[in-house]
Amino acid sequence: MFSEFSKGIIKENPLFVQVLGVCPALATTTSLANALGMGAAFSLVLIFSNLTISVLKSVIPDQIRIPCYIVVIASLVTIAEMLMNALVPDIYAALGIFIPLIVVNCIILGRAEAFASKYGLWASIQDALGMGLGFTLALSFVAAIREILGNGTLLGFPVLGSSYQPILLMLMPPGAFITMGFLFAGVNYLKRRKEVRHG
Amino acid sequence: MDSTFGIIFSALFVSNIVLSQFLGLCSFLGVSKNLRNALGMSAAVAFVMIMASTISWFLYNWFLVPYNLGYLKIIVFILAIAALVQFLEMFMKKEMPSIHKAMGVFLPLITTNCAIMGISLINVQKEYSLFNATVNAISTAAGYTIALVVFSCIRERLEDSKLPASMENLPIALITASCMAISLMGLAGMH
Repeated sequence: MFSEFSKGIIKENPLFVQVLGVCPALATTTSLANALGMGAAFSLVLIFSNLTISVLKSVIPDQIRIPCYIVVIASLVTIAEMLMNALVPDIYAALGIFIPLIVVNCIILGRAEAFASKYGLWASIQDALGMGLGFTLALSFVAAIREILGNGTLLGFPVLGSSYQPILLMLMPPGAFITMGFLFAGVNYLKRRKEVRHG
Repeated sequence: MDSTFGIIFSALFVSNIVLSQFLGLCSFLGVSKNLRNALGMSAAVAFVMIMASTISWFLYNWFLVPYNLGYLKIIVFILAIAALVQFLEMFMKKEMPSIHKAMGVFLPLITTNCAIMGISLINVQKEYSLFNATVNAISTAAGYTIALVVFSCIRERLEDSKLPASMENLPIALITASCMAISLMGLAGMH
């Protein structure tokens, strides 16, 4: 019953398995708090866009469905931007233009096109919750590695002790690329091992 | 207010759109396997980026600001970009078939390229004048081209080298991008 929900977390994880949304995964993972903020804004938009499009799918004409989806998503992103600005101004300032750029995130348009426009309301909400949680967990994982190595802290609390010399590079753009490179190598390794096992 | 030279230099190298601002990565990783595709994509991105940033500047400063509708910028910009790309594609197909053939396949992908939308938003956020906004778009497009061309040349070489199986394709591409980003960091503070 919850298979539409659980598939987004590991089996079809948007970032690590489908390799979508790489831009925000590199840019917003300088600290765990930023990653959680980005994940929350992203999930909010995804849930309501899947919900709206699933409800409206019989009304939207097939030829102009993509512009319709884009208008729905852009309106939701505007709402999310205003909410973030009002509720968590620090995180909003740190994320900068990546909140408005959720509108061009391929995961959201992809879920609208591949899932919400074909399935019912309940399944679409489950799908959005799963994908949103999967993307948030993936962002948090990258951010946790970068924050621990680059700053010696996690969510602002010191975890590695005062003798640790932080690797500042991990918080800068090159550190984001290196972290993602090795994580994708790890994913490839696990995939290959699974293939060998199953013949 | 940034100086015009500062805008050019930082868009080309110091805060390169791909390697330091992480915008347009999908196309950067997706079409960089050979130089030919990289050039086609760069041309398409440059073309759309310059037009889109000019159009969105007029829309924002002439229509949204006077009527106090600044909060509608996300919806207006994305629709303007989508319409522009659609229009360009139809126009090129009819009037310039040879150019359409060279970069046509990349055009539909550009609507969801975050670099285009990103530049329009950055121009608004930094309150650039029309001149500075256009300079910013042109030099950002040049910065994108530099990054994509160098990167695709390196990736063509990587094809011939022997790598651990798990590192092939995406992981090694990201680590290459990291080395390029480190080399650009050497120029930090120069603008």
